[in-house]
Amino acid sequence: MALTLGLAACGNDGGTKPADGGSSAAASGTVKIGFMGDLTGSNAGIVIPPRNGAKLAIDEYNKTNPPVKIELVPYDSQGDASKAVALAQQAIKSDKIVGLVGPAFSGESAQVAPVLEEAEIPSVTASATNTNLAANGWKFWHRILPNDSVQGPGIADFIAGAAAAKTVFVIDDKSEYGKPLADAVRTQLGTKAVKVTNDSLDPAESDFSSVVNKVAASKPDAIFFGGYYAAGGNLLKQLRDKGVKDAKFFSGDGSLDKGLIDGAGAANAEGALVGCPCYIATPDVADAKVKTFADSYKAAYNTDPAIYAAEGYDAATVFVEAVKAGNTTTDKINEFLKTVDLGGVSKHVKFGANGEVEAKDIYIYQVKGGAITLLGKAAEAKLG
Amino acid sequence: MFNDFINQFWPATIDGLAFGSIYALIALGYTMVYGVLRLINFAHSEVFMIGTFGAMFVPFVFGITSPLTGIALVGMILGMILAGVLASAGTAVTLERIAYRPLRNRGASRLAALISAIGASIFLQELFALLVIPRVFDRPNQGRIQMGLPRLMEREELFSIFGHSVRVDQVLVIVAAVGMMIALDMLVNRTKIGRGIRATAQNPEAAVLMGVDINKIVRMTFLIGGGMAGVAGALYLISYENTNYYIGFLFGIKAFTAAVLGGIGNLRGALLGGVALGLVENYGAIFSGSDWKHVISFTILVLVLMFRPTGILGESLQQARA
Repeated sequence: MALTLGLAACGNDGGTKPADGGSSAAASGTVKIGFMGDLTGSNAGIVIPPRNGAKLAIDEYNKTNPPVKIELVPYDSQGDASKAVALAQQAIKSDKIVGLVGPAFSGESAQVAPVLEEAEIPSVTASATNTNLAANGWKFWHRILPNDSVQGPGIADFIAGAAAAKTVFVIDDKSEYGKPLADAVRTQLGTKAVKVTNDSLDPAESDFSSVVNKVAASKPDAIFFGGYYAAGGNLLKQLRDKGVKDAKFFSGDGSLDKGLIDGAGAANAEGALVGCPCYIATPDVADAKVKTFADSYKAAYNTDPAIYAAEGYDAATVFVEAVKAGNTTTDKINEFLKTVDLGGVSKHVKFGANGEVEAKDIYIYQVKGGAITLLGKAAEAKLG
Repeated sequence: MFNDFINQFWPATIDGLAFGSIYALIALGYTMVYGVLRLINFAHSEVFMIGTFGAMFVPFVFGITSPLTGIALVGMILGMILAGVLASAGTAVTLERIAYRPLRNRGASRLAALISAIGASIFLQELFALLVIPRVFDRPNQGRIQMGLPRLMEREELFSIFGHSVRVDQVLVIVAAVGMMIALDMLVNRTKIGRGIRATAQNPEAAVLMGVDINKIVRMTFLIGGGMAGVAGALYLISYENTNYYIGFLFGIKAFTAAVLGGIGNLRGALLGGVALGLVENYGAIFSGSDWKHVISFTILVLVLMFRPTGILGESLQQARA
């Protein structure tokens, strides 16, 4: 408590200094920014970290005691598009948010973005990677990480390159996220003289034995699963239990969560490789800005930053910078997003005309000793 | 494609038998309650779900995180099955008392009981997601996230069929399920309670006139059906090592399908239907994508019902001789 008061007092002193005080057209007060995603549902593990990241950015800003504070309003869609749309309407009509971080997943984004577009509310998603989202001509929609058309080929290049796989079994979960990602991997592998076998599964099920039997019969060098970690962990466990032990297991960002290891069991998950357009700050990182972020995150939540935490932080920071520059209406904030050009924690943040961020790096992570570790950028990483 | 079928025939058969056994155990609950009350107990899927959590509770309480062997393993498996049975049977009997009997006593229509069943099902799911999983299993804010069971039993190969290994957990599921079904068959056909159940199924009024206590028989029916779902829950958990508040949904639909396929109201039909459904799903998936397996199994269900509207074996619980 004393610390908070102290910080607040410091902020008060600092608050009189900035020159932007006069340029702020809106009166002092509070603006609301929403965060929407699966906060308590079955894939909440990959949404809680960006929520924490976003909250950290907002909390840091509010501690400086600015003339206009920001309130982060959580909207728990549980990843369900119909719930997400209802929540978006509530956010627009009764909460009157001026911006939204999210929605977290691609399926719900496809439904919510048109609603936000009509109400002219700017949004920045920190995790929805479906490629088609950017093709709708939405003016208020932004994405702070590369999409699946970058992620899929990046992972495929790694599978055929560094992992040197000649036969690959590609499985998808038929979702708005998993299917296109797996298709992108299939297409890219097809250009590389790699033999690809396909199957799909229903993530609502818990028995994947029919998929597992097909994989066991085809004896691939590598397996790629396009889907979320809840199904990914069960699939990996059942594969290893069925004696599919040598094939390297790959997945995308939806499976980059400790839940993959918990679901599969540490022994089964060992060595599994996960690609992601996200950057997870490890505790031993050298970059000063990233290190500060990782330390404050750990101090605030008593855990190391996980998937999309940095992206969530950056997405919220974009809104913070907009408000700092005196933009408190949705139009002005959106104008600000068009021109934003700042060095974030995860990457350099600059949006293209279609709302996509310009930086395009894909990272590869590997499960080692029951933990997710960073191998490096997909184009450069080597398998040990 | 034919080659695929040859290659995958044995693994698909073993998986189909193991999963089909679980369907069959759950299907028994649907079929028994239908036989006695002419009611589809749609909350039975949640009885199964609660069975998985009952079984989960035992290793959770003992704080077990690594595989067991010998006596400890046998004790743990028996303990989990017992806990699953207690949780499921308790739930089923409570459901009957709270959600069905008051309606029955007031002479409400079966449709009202059906709505009551659906309500109870949603209530139990949310109860687990919002209260039981966060509080009892100490997982705050993770009520809707899949809960894993640490590995208790090493996945050792017991024997192999044509080069395809059969694991100890798969054998456990099949053997335990068959054992339970033989016991149930004997209970229904050889004991006094069984005679009461059959009498009530054939003609409730006549059964009352003959001195059968209907409420007791109905309670026993829910108890036994729930117990079977509890065994299914424990076996599923031991074999697949995960569960969640929503797990009953797909299992419930599949088990109900198995009951209809075999002939609803018919105990042996539930066994046959469960195993047939498990096998058809896995064989069908060999030819098509795995995501088509529901389409294949339900197409077959429709075809069977077109030619045999009462299911493969018909409704024999009513026709059985006392």
